[in-house]
Amino acid sequence: MANRPQPSFPEPDTQHFWDGCKAGELRYQTDPDSNVVFYPRGHSTVTGDRELSWNVSSGLGTVYTYSVVRQNRMPGFQELGAYAVAYIDLDEGFRMMSTIVGVDDPTQDIHIGQRVRVEFEEQSGEDSYPIPVFRPV
Amino acid sequence: MAQERLAAIAGIHEYPLRVAPGVSSMQIKAESMKRALDDAGLDWGDVDGLYDALDGEGGGGLGLAAYLGIKPRLLDTTQVGGSSYEFHASHALRDIAAGRCNVAVTTYGSTAASMRVPIGTGGMGRGGASWQQNMEAPYGGTLISNYAMVAHRHMHEYGTTTEQLAQISVATRKHAMRNPEAVKAMTDLQFVKVDEITVEDVLESRVIADPLHLLECCMISDGGGAAVFVSPEIARDIKKKPVWIIGAGEATKYRENGGDITTSAGAQSAPAAFGQAGVTPDEIDIAMIYDSFSITVAVMLEDLGFCAKGEVGQFIEDGHLAFDQPGLTLNTDGGGLSSNHPGMRGLFLLLESVRQLRGESTSQVDGASLAVAHGNGGLLGGTHTGGTVILAAD
Repeated sequence: MANRPQPSFPEPDTQHFWDGCKAGELRYQTDPDSNVVFYPRGHSTVTGDRELSWNVSSGLGTVYTYSVVRQNRMPGFQELGAYAVAYIDLDEGFRMMSTIVGVDDPTQDIHIGQRVRVEFEEQSGEDSYPIPVFRPV
Repeated sequence: MAQERLAAIAGIHEYPLRVAPGVSSMQIKAESMKRALDDAGLDWGDVDGLYDALDGEGGGGLGLAAYLGIKPRLLDTTQVGGSSYEFHASHALRDIAAGRCNVAVTTYGSTAASMRVPIGTGGMGRGGASWQQNMEAPYGGTLISNYAMVAHRHMHEYGTTTEQLAQISVATRKHAMRNPEAVKAMTDLQFVKVDEITVEDVLESRVIADPLHLLECCMISDGGGAAVFVSPEIARDIKKKPVWIIGAGEATKYRENGGDITTSAGAQSAPAAFGQAGVTPDEIDIAMIYDSFSITVAVMLEDLGFCAKGEVGQFIEDGHLAFDQPGLTLNTDGGGLSSNHPGMRGLFLLLESVRQLRGESTSQVDGASLAVAHGNGGLLGGTHTGGTVILAAD
């Protein structure tokens, strides 16, 4: 396929997350009370606290739900066959949108509750950000 | 709790065409406002409140009053997607009760079909850098796949089936075939089959995003309309019977770590609306629920309190929804699935509720006295709003 859409910068909340992808790390934040903060932000969504810590996820998670897209008129996806979009619940307690790769038929081979592991899909183009995707384990 | 009658819908208009080439959204808004005022027997110059969802070319509150040529003393530009108009009704109830305006209008105009806007399958995330887009755009999720993820999880948790969800499309189409404007819409938009449909028809239509089929997805049309909100003093002298806004609730919901995707913002907005109205879901005759997709209605039927969470499949199998079946009746205009969906359907939920409570629907329920209009804005499986409005016949 053509390159996936890249994140756009400057964007201060998600820069460190995407730098992590270049380093092969799936990064997430916690606040001083150990509440998980995700998607990345400058404040705790529980307390408003601005003193957040960055952590590295094990990259292991579970498929919370998914859909297989059969029709997308967006360039880059238009010519692609059926592909999955999913919410993945990471073991550290955060939920992210992603896709599931490495299956023969996404309409048959993906199910809710499936265990998956992150990998970083390289994208063409100089200095592009690898995209975190998930593969069944 | 006694029902308070503090504000009413006095006039309505639904723009009749679903394919309207050569017309601007602003023209649809202005024409609809005039016709809704005519419906109420009120004049252009009577309007002292303006609600707007920022639609239309060069409109957006700032431009709309100038285009219309009015100088309202109250301006509210709440934009929460398809539920904007339920929020407008909610705010009109609040503002009229507080004496801030006496004759307020909300208008809607869209040429989504003529402009070939791929609302459901266009992909998302082209809006520039933002904290959310940066985390979602790389995956090619479409609006439909977002709702489809809710459907998958609902099926997984509760055993809901496509056959059950399909009944929503079947009942809605039955109503649409009785509505000449809906029949013309489906004809003008070149539907393959402009007729009643079966569960099998739904299952045999192509999958757009698993598990949602084409006939579980709303159409993309042109269209628009207007509603006129008035104080009780004005309501006494209008041409038709007023329809009272007796309760309203608003809520927002979004993707949360560990959150339950099968429960919508409606679970928060509905109890507030029913509480203010002093009525219970089992007293409701007409449910006008935003049917962007079959799953949207299924989730809302639960969240509005018509059945418990997870039990909508059985509720549907028990034979509700169609106007000639006992119990709750759904989307008697034909809904977004089969009458119109120009992008923000919330206004039409109010308009058909008014028609039912006046006795003017093409699928009229005898003696309908209470209706609920529930709009959903945004993405059911992501960031969205719920607006619930309870309406009562005079």
